[in-house]
Amino acid sequence: QEKAVSGTVTDANDGMGIPGVSVVVKGTTVGTTTDIDGKYMLNVDANSTLVYSFVGYKTQEILVGEQSQINVVLGVETENLSEVVVIGYGQVRKDDATGAVFSVNSDDFNQGSTSSPQDLIVGKVAGVQIVSDGGAPGSASTIRIRGGSSMTASNDPLIVIDGMPLDNRGIDGMSNVLSSLNPNDIETFTVLKDASATAIYGSRASNGVILITTKKGKAGQNLQITYDNKFSIGKIKETIDVLNADQYRALVNERALTNSSVNPDLLGNASTDWQDEIYRNASGHEHNLSVSGSYKSIPFRVSVGYTDQNGILQTSEMQRTTGTLNLNPKFFDDHLKINAGLKYMSIDNRFADKGAIGSALRFDPTKPVFNNTGIYGGYTTWLMSDGSRNVNATRNPVAQLQQRRDESDVSRYIADFQADYKLHFFPDLQASVKLGYDYSDSKGFTITDGEASWVRGTQDVIERNYTQEKKNKLLDLYLTYNKDLPSINSKIDVMAGYEWQEFWARSGGIEDLTDDTNRVDPIREPQNNLISYFGRVNYNFMDKYILTATVRRDGSSRFHEDNRWGTFPSAAFAWRMSEEEFIKNIEAISSIKVRLGYGVTGQQDISENDFPYLGVYQISDSQTRYQFGGQYYNLIRPNGYDEAIKWEETTTYNAGIDFGFFNNRINGTIDVYKRKTKDLLNRIPVPAGTNFTDLLTTNVGNLENNGFEFSINGIAINKDDLFWEVGFNLAYNKNEVTRLTNYDDPNYRGIDVGGISGVGVGNTIQKNAVGHALNTFYVYEQVYDANGKPIEGLYVDRNNDGQINSDDRYYAEDPAQDYNMGFSSYLKYKDFDFGFNGRIGIGGQIYNNVIVGGRYQEMTVNEYLTNLPTEINKSQFETAQQYSDYFLEDASFLRIDNITLGYNFTKLLKPLLGFDINARAYASVQNAFVITDYSGLDPEVNGGIDNDVYPRPRTFLFGLNLKF
Amino acid sequence: DKVLTDAESYKQLLAKCYAGLILGGQNGVDDNQDIGSINGSFSSYLRLLWNHQELPTDEAICAWNDGNLRDLHDQDWDNNNEFVTAMYYRINLEIAYCNNLIQLTEGKSEFDAFRNEARVLRALSYYHMLDMFGRGPFVTEKDRIGSFFFPEMATQQQLFDYVETELTTIENDLMDPGTNEYGRADKGLAWAILAKMYLNAEVYINTPKYTEAITYSNKIIDSYSLEADYENLFLADNHLRTNEIIFPITSDGNNTQTWGGMTFIIHSTVGGDMPASESGIDGGWGGNRTTSAFVNLFPDVTGTDARGLFFTEGQNLEIGDIFNFRDGYALRKFRNITSTGAVGSNLSFPDTDFPLYRLADFYLVYAEAVLRGGTGGTTSAAVDYINELRERAYGDTSGNITEGDLNLDFILDERGRELYWECHRRTDLIRFEKLTGGTYNWPWKGAVAGGTSTDAKYNVFPIPSSDINANPNLSNISGY
Repeated sequence: QEKAVSGTVTDANDGMGIPGVSVVVKGTTVGTTTDIDGKYMLNVDANSTLVYSFVGYKTQEILVGEQSQINVVLGVETENLSEVVVIGYGQVRKDDATGAVFSVNSDDFNQGSTSSPQDLIVGKVAGVQIVSDGGAPGSASTIRIRGGSSMTASNDPLIVIDGMPLDNRGIDGMSNVLSSLNPNDIETFTVLKDASATAIYGSRASNGVILITTKKGKAGQNLQITYDNKFSIGKIKETIDVLNADQYRALVNERALTNSSVNPDLLGNASTDWQDEIYRNASGHEHNLSVSGSYKSIPFRVSVGYTDQNGILQTSEMQRTTGTLNLNPKFFDDHLKINAGLKYMSIDNRFADKGAIGSALRFDPTKPVFNNTGIYGGYTTWLMSDGSRNVNATRNPVAQLQQRRDESDVSRYIADFQADYKLHFFPDLQASVKLGYDYSDSKGFTITDGEASWVRGTQDVIERNYTQEKKNKLLDLYLTYNKDLPSINSKIDVMAGYEWQEFWARSGGIEDLTDDTNRVDPIREPQNNLISYFGRVNYNFMDKYILTATVRRDGSSRFHEDNRWGTFPSAAFAWRMSEEEFIKNIEAISSIKVRLGYGVTGQQDISENDFPYLGVYQISDSQTRYQFGGQYYNLIRPNGYDEAIKWEETTTYNAGIDFGFFNNRINGTIDVYKRKTKDLLNRIPVPAGTNFTDLLTTNVGNLENNGFEFSINGIAINKDDLFWEVGFNLAYNKNEVTRLTNYDDPNYRGIDVGGISGVGVGNTIQKNAVGHALNTFYVYEQVYDANGKPIEGLYVDRNNDGQINSDDRYYAEDPAQDYNMGFSSYLKYKDFDFGFNGRIGIGGQIYNNVIVGGRYQEMTVNEYLTNLPTEINKSQFETAQQYSDYFLEDASFLRIDNITLGYNFTKLLKPLLGFDINARAYASVQNAFVITDYSGLDPEVNGGIDNDVYPRPRTFLFGLNLKF
Repeated sequence: DKVLTDAESYKQLLAKCYAGLILGGQNGVDDNQDIGSINGSFSSYLRLLWNHQELPTDEAICAWNDGNLRDLHDQDWDNNNEFVTAMYYRINLEIAYCNNLIQLTEGKSEFDAFRNEARVLRALSYYHMLDMFGRGPFVTEKDRIGSFFFPEMATQQQLFDYVETELTTIENDLMDPGTNEYGRADKGLAWAILAKMYLNAEVYINTPKYTEAITYSNKIIDSYSLEADYENLFLADNHLRTNEIIFPITSDGNNTQTWGGMTFIIHSTVGGDMPASESGIDGGWGGNRTTSAFVNLFPDVTGTDARGLFFTEGQNLEIGDIFNFRDGYALRKFRNITSTGAVGSNLSFPDTDFPLYRLADFYLVYAEAVLRGGTGGTTSAAVDYINELRERAYGDTSGNITEGDLNLDFILDERGRELYWECHRRTDLIRFEKLTGGTYNWPWKGAVAGGTSTDAKYNVFPIPSSDINANPNLSNISGY
């Protein structure tokens, strides 16, 4: 018999009503949702059971019985992941996911991180390495998912923001593609790791896919305003040890006694620490305001953000303004869902000349910053004996920073609109349309002070301007068919679609020519298109056995007609073992799922060239002309090309287990994988004479990556006043080149990679070689004397032929760490919270290029003095020994990325204000410390060659977070 | 063919074939580089040619420690040397540029002139391949560029025959000396390559061709005349010296900017106390100077022989430290100053053109070929030609020689005095069997301060290992 039941659904955490909670009579479609105060009312039968569910909360079931007032307190889902995960072109219940998919939502983001979105998940996901390119404000990071699968082509994952795949190629004037997003606007990061999950993105998915969704308003939600601000101060952690003025004076005088080329007359009387002169304490502040709620049943969220960040290298700075708007209304009884978003970003950068970092190590410490001669802006400058400046000499590092302005101003809009319509007459079928538009506009210039010592005469360009405009367009059309077939205990979910993308850019100053048959036609505006067809079938039997198959067919205008199309299939199977009777009864086990996956993905990102298959003619600029008679002619050059170039292809096999114990208080994942890449896009020497270049990117070679991953999260303590959650993940990955050339040559030692500097030009220290990992160091084995001092020029004769030559170089290790671990801890006691997270890397080598150039011979070449690192006292090298493994060091490290202490003073405020404000203040240290044997500044260097990297500062941050 | 519709665009394509001899890339300065395996300015053809012809000899030694640059003077380079590698690829790339133009103009008679000039430039590069590498991949306009294939390896004989056939075939279709636009090839360049190749034929193919050397030297001698002032040939307005300069590689401060080419030759040879301003540049790079063995070819360093443009102030004659520019006398041959004393248009990038071939060389080719038994010339004419050079050098007849003074060793020394730093020395020393082995040692030859004997394999450079690996048809002489 029916009766009215009413009540309030509240949040177990703060006791406030939760709007939009679904209250449904179990086994029927009868139900309602709670209003903005969390209240509901419903007519039901006394025998029925009500199911209260809301995303992110634990679902509760309550038998109505005699009650007419049922108040429910919903607890937050203790499991890390929300129930639904985003996948390509749709979403899936987490329990039903068949691929290696890992998501991190905003609750679990690294705390206190400032400007860059990728910092939010550093160390959080097993198999995802994120290493910043340096400490400059807004600097980019290199993201690698399960190591790289390519040599020459990009190894960056595909990034999809709210369903819009981004063009990974950079935007001029902006160092980080991701910095167009304000970290505060991000709701989740979902990392698709194995091919069964990524193959739906086809030819761009070989390096994994990161799906980012932004925060949205919720239906029926109360108006919520949040305000965050942060103040930060960044300090340099340490500098390179170089000789100080007194030590250097002593050394110059001592060596002048025996060496005619060392000239002590060049010494000065000052005492300058040049590194002190170029670094500073860098301040920054950040403000974010967002309003979300529901206006006339249209859920919305608007936000604005402003960041102003100085870099620790003098003159570097960044200002960023962001704004977002998201609307996601539903119409016609939820048959039509609209998601519309607009993201805006404007960034002003001033880039410091990073050359100053190297100059500061080398500039004579006995010279003052200014010598006040009135020339060259008063900066101390090396002169020749005739008074002209010494063009070879080290530039004054302070002048390098102050006499040059390198600024950019970039704005970007990303607009997306998606409509999902469930057909009225056939609601199992949903049609979706997505439109996306990504626009950026860059302007930039560098101006060098005309007085600067390195400006050569009036003919020189001291100002350079550049502009770039990019437009990327997206159209997706897809149909989803969803059907429960209870008669055969099955659920089926089918999706099929079409995608069209266009990438267009126009940049100033470059004149290109090409043609459609094989030659010629101006492409000042390079444009390429990607057309795709894709589909997915998901079959679920008895809620225990789930089979997923996807296929994508991609066509890219970047390849020749014959190679234009590629097909990328995948299949995956999942077995929800915990649904089987023999496990269901084990109390401790909440869930166990076994996954098997297979898939093929491609890679087409050859960043250097839009149309690598086309013979392109390129015209030279006005400085590059040749004289015939009295006239100068611009040059037309045929550029190198490979007609037959095509996708590289990666096949991935993956097996994994997802598990949860003790009501999912402990949950984790284990994955093992093998990835085989063939037809590698590889820049190799072409047979001389057969092309218009010596090195060409083409498809040759095979590569294998093998690895495993493990991650676990657990709630150690969950009491009223005390909550402690810890997480740990570990990833192992090793890659190996298995084929490199078109024919077998056992003597082939590999392709030179890894350019080093400091000792003239043209030196490389790494090789890609068969049987070795990518970028393996290729060096001589140093011989040491009894005291452990390296004997200059003496190396081990590894091939025992009685002479030391380049055949004695050996393959050392590669720069990539074998094991990468991430760990985090979050502790909450009453109103205090304390968290930290860090990483451990084990294995891998780093080449200390910073000190390679510092040898005695370099002290007085060409009439000027060069300072040396204090390391010289140890090696005492007279001349450069750049190929010695003396400069290779173990890159293992333990790093604490972040420590945060917070205090929630909501309760303190309430009596003062009379209304609820959720308020939290916190202090944090970023890049707190690193423990390592590496003798340089920082063992984490992309590519493993440490060379005057912009040091990552240690940043102290104070923040305030208000929510009302 | 949308761009290549007019004569202008073909001319720009031709301009690249010429500019390929000096510039490193397609944008200023040496940016958007042609060769990927080495820095753009190091990949300049002229810079590489200079390094390969001068550094292994007594004429030059460099103070820089760029990679394995030092090995060039030490004569201990291997098949991974990046500079040798770059020279090799630059030669082959130049051939590819020319092949492309030759193929595009096939059957288009209006572009015959461009086509013939490209054939001469291609022959020049094949001649360099013959002279420096002694072998190499053989590719012509008949091969299809842009597809991977393995070119056959041409031997010395095949390269010799090919260059000879090409040049003698088109010789008469080229413009007469001095009648083409400045900077472009004419008959003179074809004759010059042939004369030099015949002179060295015994080295290349074990067959003397001295008579042919005289024949082609005579053609040149009949068409050119000596410039009165030796120094004028190497100054910023040396484009005015077409009476003597047969083929220049042109350079211009504002239009032809490179850190290679003449920028390198002039800057790298200024250093120590030598005032950069007197060379018309903004500062020296303190790299190249000479050895005492070369200084000893001259009667003194004070200019009795005016060709010895030594700068000795603050310099030591002997070289204790290779990496100290002040060890070894400097030479101030090329300058970015005009004959009237004006400074070139740009202090970084000289206007001075490089005289790849000039008449004086062929006076000496003539004399040497006569001495080595060629017919078609006389010893007395040879002495007259040499005395013309010496009168220009001494300002009077005091340096003149007689027939009795004329012998092969004198010719080699005279070639050094007249043509030093003009990219001839290595070839000359090989012809006299003095580059390798121990008959003639100069400071730091073989990486020893006093100089020592070196292996005969260093008479050629090795094909770089990268191409040996890329093309199974290639191989090196034993020892590499």
